[in-house]
Amino acid sequence: MGEFKVHRVRFFNYVPSGIRCVAYNNQSNRLAVSRTDGTVEIYNLSANYFQEKFFPGHESRATEALCWAKGQRLFSAGLNGEIIEYDLQALNIKYTMDAFGGPIWSMAVSPHGSQLLVGCEDGSVKLFQITPDKIQFERNFDRQKRSTVQKMLVDRQYMGVSKRKCIIWGVAFLSDGTVISVDSAGKVQFWDSATGTLVKNHLIANADVQSIAVSDQEDSFVVGTAEGTVFHFQLVSVTSNSSEKQWVRTKPFQHHTHDVRAVAHSPTALISGGTDTHLVIRPLMEKVEVKNYDAALRKITFPHRRLISCSKKRQLLLFQFTHHLELWRLGSTVATGKNGDTLPLSKNADHLLHLKTKGPENIICSCISPCGSWIAYSTTSRFFLYRLNYEHDNISLQRVSKMPAFLRSALQILFSEDSAKLFVASNQGSLHIIRLLEGSFKHLHTFQPQSGTVESMCLLAVSPDGNWLAASGTSAGVHVYNIKSLKLHCTVPSYNFPVTALAIAPNTNNLVIAHSDQQVFEYSIPDKQYTEWSRTIQKQGFHYLWLQRDTPITHISFHPKRPMHILLHDAYMFCIIDKSLPLPNDKTLFYNPLPPTNESDVIRRRTAHAFKISKIYKPLLFMDLLDERTLVAVERPLDDIIAQLPPPIKKKKFGT
Amino acid sequence: MAALEEGFTLSAVPLGAGPHGLLGVEQSDRPDQFLVTDGGRTVILYKVSDQKPLGSWSVKQGQVITCPAVCNFQTGEYIVVHDNKVLRIWSNEDVNLDKVFKATLSAEVYRIHSIQGTEPLVLFKEGAVRGLEALLAEPQQKIETVISDEEVIKWTKFFMVFRHPVLIFITEKHGNYFAYVQMFNSCTLSKYTLLPGHEEKSVIQSFTASVDRKVISLMSLSSDGCIYKSLIPIHPNDPEKNQRVVRSLLLKTVVSGNVRNGVALTVLDQDHIAVLGPPLPASKECVSIWNTKFQTLQTSKELPQGTSGQLWYYGENLFMLHGKFLTVIPYKCEVSSLAGALGKLKHSQDPGTQTVPHFVNWETSQGYGFGSQNSEQSKRILRRRKIEVSVQPPPSKQLLSTIKKDSEKRIVEELCKFLASKQTPDFHTIIGDIVLELLGRHKVEPSFYPRNALMQLIRTHVLSYSLCPGLMEVALEKTDVQMLQLCLQQFPDIPESITCACLKIFLSISDDSLQEAEINMESVSDYIDSVQEEKMEEQTEILHNGFNPEEENCDNCDRELNKKPQDTAEETTSCPVIPKRAALLNAILHSAYSEMFLLPHLKDIPAQHVTLFLQYLYFLYLKCSENATMTLPGLHPPTLNQIMDWICLLLDANFTVVVMIPEAKRLLLSLYKFVKSQICICSELNKIEVSFRELQKLNQEKNNRELYSIEVLELF
Repeated sequence: MGEFKVHRVRFFNYVPSGIRCVAYNNQSNRLAVSRTDGTVEIYNLSANYFQEKFFPGHESRATEALCWAKGQRLFSAGLNGEIIEYDLQALNIKYTMDAFGGPIWSMAVSPHGSQLLVGCEDGSVKLFQITPDKIQFERNFDRQKRSTVQKMLVDRQYMGVSKRKCIIWGVAFLSDGTVISVDSAGKVQFWDSATGTLVKNHLIANADVQSIAVSDQEDSFVVGTAEGTVFHFQLVSVTSNSSEKQWVRTKPFQHHTHDVRAVAHSPTALISGGTDTHLVIRPLMEKVEVKNYDAALRKITFPHRRLISCSKKRQLLLFQFTHHLELWRLGSTVATGKNGDTLPLSKNADHLLHLKTKGPENIICSCISPCGSWIAYSTTSRFFLYRLNYEHDNISLQRVSKMPAFLRSALQILFSEDSAKLFVASNQGSLHIIRLLEGSFKHLHTFQPQSGTVESMCLLAVSPDGNWLAASGTSAGVHVYNIKSLKLHCTVPSYNFPVTALAIAPNTNNLVIAHSDQQVFEYSIPDKQYTEWSRTIQKQGFHYLWLQRDTPITHISFHPKRPMHILLHDAYMFCIIDKSLPLPNDKTLFYNPLPPTNESDVIRRRTAHAFKISKIYKPLLFMDLLDERTLVAVERPLDDIIAQLPPPIKKKKFGT
Repeated sequence: MAALEEGFTLSAVPLGAGPHGLLGVEQSDRPDQFLVTDGGRTVILYKVSDQKPLGSWSVKQGQVITCPAVCNFQTGEYIVVHDNKVLRIWSNEDVNLDKVFKATLSAEVYRIHSIQGTEPLVLFKEGAVRGLEALLAEPQQKIETVISDEEVIKWTKFFMVFRHPVLIFITEKHGNYFAYVQMFNSCTLSKYTLLPGHEEKSVIQSFTASVDRKVISLMSLSSDGCIYKSLIPIHPNDPEKNQRVVRSLLLKTVVSGNVRNGVALTVLDQDHIAVLGPPLPASKECVSIWNTKFQTLQTSKELPQGTSGQLWYYGENLFMLHGKFLTVIPYKCEVSSLAGALGKLKHSQDPGTQTVPHFVNWETSQGYGFGSQNSEQSKRILRRRKIEVSVQPPPSKQLLSTIKKDSEKRIVEELCKFLASKQTPDFHTIIGDIVLELLGRHKVEPSFYPRNALMQLIRTHVLSYSLCPGLMEVALEKTDVQMLQLCLQQFPDIPESITCACLKIFLSISDDSLQEAEINMESVSDYIDSVQEEKMEEQTEILHNGFNPEEENCDNCDRELNKKPQDTAEETTSCPVIPKRAALLNAILHSAYSEMFLLPHLKDIPAQHVTLFLQYLYFLYLKCSENATMTLPGLHPPTLNQIMDWICLLLDANFTVVVMIPEAKRLLLSLYKFVKSQICICSELNKIEVSFRELQKLNQEKNNRELYSIEVLELF
């Protein structure tokens, strides 16, 4: 199959932001997650937990509450005192509304989903009516000073005597009048709302209990603690045949190392997230009907999109962070070696550039041109294009000014193979094509979205010959445009699962599409139909181990000299598909990690199949071919991320 | 000390209008509620703590209640007999006794007995006994005559012995007394003649009885004022023969002689009885508590308005008529420290009524005794909760018939054949049935003890305690330690009382008889053998255990320990029990238990056995701490947690005893010292945890590659 020199890169110092809120939508089976940097992500739990949309954050917009209302409308509120509604189609913020009560700490939706309540810093609770296209202020409930309706005194005692204030971190109000509170003393308490009396007390942690979520049936709920533990409580019968039921702490889970800041309860799973940046989805085995691979625990740490782009010609890597970009030049070696060797470096990697964004907005996307002379990135309201000049070891950066008005925000940026054209997918669904000249640019064309659709394009791919541009949104299929004639060439039929990666092969112009259910299709653009190989593999089906991977394919590339090869990778493996080899069936040994030193060529040939997989590099954030014999792999070891998190609550290891 | 508390009157309404006072006070299915049957026509349900009646039912004018009302614990209904032959069954909601279920029987009823855990029994005046279900299925069935012509039933009582109901009744004929013991699991009726001891001919005025494992102790109060005791075996050697039982004097002149009526007695617990009657000829009547062991009067209380000579005792309350009113006097036998220390606080509760976890009792579905198998379900609406007779598919019929009559060898052969055949889904219930069948035959003919067959059945791994409730009892009776070990290893659901009974046997059985038993030694083989060789040199290692406690806080205990250095060395290095006993004890350590249920039983273990067991546990603990993983070598050895839990349990249950025994004191001190050193180690480890983490980090960094490297990868 081949021998590669692999640039193994671990200096991408990326740390995901901690999770602040999670909100589950039962109707669409989607999960909204907000992070401490203000980013809001939407996960489609039906589509293999794929992170299908995201809204970039903003420095001043710390999200404190997130909820779904009126079916599938998503609202957030935060410390800047604003309520925000998100446009899930155009992937931007629909509007913001100031609640005029100072920072907002909490938000809840009325049971029918028609009213929104926010709790503000000044102690007031404000009620908003949700109208079809906005929200409207309705009432203000001021803090009741003397005429308290019902007061529940929470015991401040915490493992003996404590002078600390006890803070209620969360409450839940059940329809039978029970109030459940979780507090900083590690207690989960059940109150009778009619009498204001404490009914039951569970001391579950030595640290704060920070979050609570109740299932729709109100027969189970989940709490998260600062020790990283998640506890499941269930309403169970006291004895086997009595109707009397009791809340019982049933299962503890320890999937986190840090504070569990947010929990959610879907009908079949417990969802938790916190400071350690993992989103954990723990299916409830008793609720899962089919015990297949979907019932397994999911731990999502990395974004399902690319944060890295690469200039093959100059061997440059561009890393995208929340508020800055880093440009690195890879090192080199003259030595050779055999499989597994680490070669001595003749030149180490260089950090060339640290480019900080202007303004408080987070970077949405970025790209470096294949020639390495252009860098483009975009925030929510501004688009930036830079020209790089290399003179020996010196590098100079020049911003291209006077960007046209329509280029305000991009969801995806791509340079053509010859670096002469720039493709920008803006929100509202339009695609702009810009010709790049030395130090300036020219707007060539804009493909407007199909009439009636407003879906934004999140993924772009251009053919190496520069004739074809493929663009995909989250659901409505892949559109292929002819760049020469500036017309829509064809649309690949839409598939049930969102697209996770796209690429067009050189020479053949076959479009390879990876979906979140781990299916891979190959579509011939000139023929406007699926290729023979794609049909064959659909007929036979993928190997079950391939389908059981739980991270999506985020990047596809091709070997310049071997047209039969497709390179793709997810977070835990990279794979070269050799279309000339037989496809594996479920009986075939899929992963073939051992070098076949002792086996005869016959056995090797007999067991060889199309999928050549390597799991050496993980977690793998980016992998590409620099040239025929060189690969670049960007890893981000979890230990390095943990090292940058605040230390977890110390627990004694020995004794009592 | 036993004490009578301040009594209170239960009813403001005068009772006992009839010539014979009250008919009876019986328990209802709810605690604290009692059924009081007046001599006339009324049954009243009282709640004692509230001192008020909850319900009252009367029979029609002209009818007379002839037998005290009882509660059927299985259905919660009440049963009464009026006019000797008419049975009435009603429930709390019924108002009028006239409209409730009625059955007219063919013979006169003496008493209905009902206790928790079994169906009510009807005792006829002629001595025959019927289960209520069987009787109701055919009320007019013929009732045989058991006792002879002029014999009259004087007194009767119903017990549960190992979950099996046992009925005793006393008859009198021409001044001679006879005791009949009816066993229902084997359907045997044994008759005993009560022979007077040395006392002159006297009339017995009151009876009471308590039951132990194997004997009923019958106590009688004679007209001479003395209490006599007779021991009646539950399992007679020869049921057919008329046997004799001698009465022996238990307490002398507790009441004044020559009192015609107003005298009664009842057993309170193992050592205490309550006596009602005038202590001196001239004095007023009073109720007194006697300790039979020390023959002392513990307390007494005067009843100036006279009594009817009837006394009932339930829970913690004594019931009696005082004047015309029903009076309740709470009775308490407080745990005195001495009694606790001497391990004397025994619970003479019958195992059948104990609060052991409830398992399906397969035995009831088999139907014991007198024809409840063919009892058709009666169609009365009132009988709501029916006992479900689950239909068992006949297991290998041939095998069952073999069990009934053939020799043990033949049974084993048949069994092998059966076990070799294909296992059906209800295999475990069939195995359970076979065991029950074998045990049933063993009960009928005690010489038949099919040990091999039983062992083979246990080894099928499908049996559980609840599938064959009698098996371990039989093994306990036979002190068959091998079978007990096997049961402990195989059964997941052994009640704590049985576990503890096994423990007692394992601790008390002599070494000689152990040597003969074939005991599975796999759990001890590896660490007990090694002991003998290494003996002395090990001691230093044990005491250090990674930490040297010298000259620290344990000075005092060290000094005391060092007084007898030789003994200590012996104690710590050699196993205090022989390997076979160790293997048996290990089986106990592995068994499942619930602390709450186990603790009361552990208190019954004699002090020297507690010490022995503690010594063994301490030995195991030392063995455990010899290696870094804190485990014992060998196949399936006891875990450290099990050892620690049992040490704690034993100490909790018997602390006062252990503290007072000199040899145990040294053991306690060494345990204390050891635990202390462990705590020190933990705290030291906590202190250096940070350093450990740094070391770990260093180790990781060594493995960690650098931030950037170029490697060679070959894909195959």
